[in-house]
Amino acid sequence: MFKNLMTWTATLALAAGMASADEVRVYNWSDYIDEELLAKFEAETGLKLIYDVFDSNELLETKMLAGGSGYDVVVPTGSFLQRQIQAGVFQPLQKDALANYGNVWNVIADRTARFDPENTYSINYMWGTTGLGTNTGKVKEVLGDDAPVDSLALVFDPANMEKLADCGVHFLDAPDEMIPAALTYLGLDPNTHDKADLEKAAGVLEAIRPYVLKFHSSEYINALANGDICVAVGWSGDVLQARDRAAEAENGVEIAYNPPKEGALMWFDQMAIPTDAPNPEGAHKFLNFMLDANNMAAASNYVYYANGNKASQEFLEADVIDDPAIYPPEAAMNNTYIKGPYPAKVQRVVTRLWTRVKSGV
Amino acid sequence: MRRFTLISVPYIWLLALFLIPFVIVFKIALSDAAIARPPYLPLLEFSEGWAGIKAFFSELDFENFVWLTEDDLYWKAYLSSLKIALVSTLFTLLIGYPIAYGMARAPNEWRPTLLMLMILPFWTSFLIRVYAWMGILSTEGLLNQLLMGLGLITEPLMILNTNVAVYIGIVYTYLPFLVLPVYAALEKLDDSLLEAAEDLGCSRFSAFWLVTVPLSRSGILAGCFLVFIPVLGEFVIPSLLGGSGTLMIGKVLFEEFFSNRDWPVASAVAVILLLILIVPIVLFQMNQQKQQEAGK
Repeated sequence: MFKNLMTWTATLALAAGMASADEVRVYNWSDYIDEELLAKFEAETGLKLIYDVFDSNELLETKMLAGGSGYDVVVPTGSFLQRQIQAGVFQPLQKDALANYGNVWNVIADRTARFDPENTYSINYMWGTTGLGTNTGKVKEVLGDDAPVDSLALVFDPANMEKLADCGVHFLDAPDEMIPAALTYLGLDPNTHDKADLEKAAGVLEAIRPYVLKFHSSEYINALANGDICVAVGWSGDVLQARDRAAEAENGVEIAYNPPKEGALMWFDQMAIPTDAPNPEGAHKFLNFMLDANNMAAASNYVYYANGNKASQEFLEADVIDDPAIYPPEAAMNNTYIKGPYPAKVQRVVTRLWTRVKSGV
Repeated sequence: MRRFTLISVPYIWLLALFLIPFVIVFKIALSDAAIARPPYLPLLEFSEGWAGIKAFFSELDFENFVWLTEDDLYWKAYLSSLKIALVSTLFTLLIGYPIAYGMARAPNEWRPTLLMLMILPFWTSFLIRVYAWMGILSTEGLLNQLLMGLGLITEPLMILNTNVAVYIGIVYTYLPFLVLPVYAALEKLDDSLLEAAEDLGCSRFSAFWLVTVPLSRSGILAGCFLVFIPVLGEFVIPSLLGGSGTLMIGKVLFEEFFSNRDWPVASAVAVILLLILIVPIVLFQMNQQKQQEAGK
């Protein structure tokens, strides 16, 4: 926490300065890079790197739509990227300026082409699934040895949630992920725009709402690691970071991540360059730096997320590349779904339902 | 002429920092959301001359304000914000007044130090101070550890992520805004008035109630408004300390802006919030004026 605050204060101080040609400004998710890479980039290119972080796509999108953010590289998630491309926020990548572009993993690029046809505007940074993080000991204590830790029933069945409530359950504060998860639990299309189906999904969430301690998209990492909560619906790598923090702290907390067997949402965080980037040339240098197999492997080894870089795989540590929670085997890869963006009217319905779920109004 | 120049300064200030931004927000409130940069239409195109300006105005409408009346979320959020603002102003007054009173009654040589102590927290970022409260109030936090250590409670209290935490955060943050004006009013108080009241048979308490409180009324009012007005639109404290059930208009505005990407509706919410605030702001202005006249 303190470290985060320090970076925030530092970035705020820096943001007050003016952009210049020998600076590259990158806006990425929090806890999402090995910070040694930042120094390495500066040493290799001689450019000054200003690295800011955010923890919600909405925040990033609003900055992009307002324009003049001053950032050269930003990292939105696929469905947000798609809408932002539509709004004319990004510039096409100059692929000949990206010597390492050949390292891209086609398995991922094929999937991201759904958001960004032919990957014109973006390169995959990391990808993962949304699933269930559990404190294995506590969940067993509460629900017994056959607790459904790999099923959405763990968090969407009121009978389970009633028992779990006392030890704490966090949900992502991300309607675009939680509503599709509830739809999947009901066996409905997670990408549906049908209002009646969305209402049904909200009904599932409302039934278990009293047992959810908090809706938040980053606090669960620490909460899981400290043993404050026993279940979190969260992003794969974040849960695995919690697992490692708990192991480092040797506090007896054991964390596991499972993608739900009913189908897991697969998401892709994509690096892109805004049309009004002050230093597009520097931005391409940063992208090329991150496309380097060694650098990308270092990032994945640090944050426990899979990346879209085929060449990096030989440099990945065994506990990353061999972990099915990070690099799922093919069968699990096929048991995932991709969510597209909502049209404005549907988005309004989804946000409204989410507010109703959270606050009861 | 000189007088005119003097008066014009605050008016230019008001025009540049209040009216122009308000007109921009109001204009956005009348437009429609779109997938574009910026994410609303129509945009004012001066390049097309008169025709462009006319087309622009013909596309504006009050649709978004109508929308706000159709969903009960908005008025419930306004009401809940009003309630939170009123209750926290009251608590701030109950805690702040004795502090200000103590400061004003303290020996002269202590006062600058006490005043300094009141202002000192401002040297730290407001955000960091609110974060500190998260550390204090959480289930594993300092407060619970202390209470459990003393054996007063056996189960940790759930304070963080509830409205109680929001009230604590607001009262803590806004306390100096109330203490300082009340202190300023109390410091000017003439002690001989209290002596006179006691000579005339008042008990100490009724002297306080009949003399001190009425004479510090302007300070109380100024302090209450300085707390009430910003708390009504408060966003940071409820989102950091409050739970998902904490409904405040600042949060609704955030959702409209960030989750729905509907800048026009978000602007409409903001315009209404401003209209609601005009009442206390006008009252505050009148109070200030009265005070000035009394000062003459």
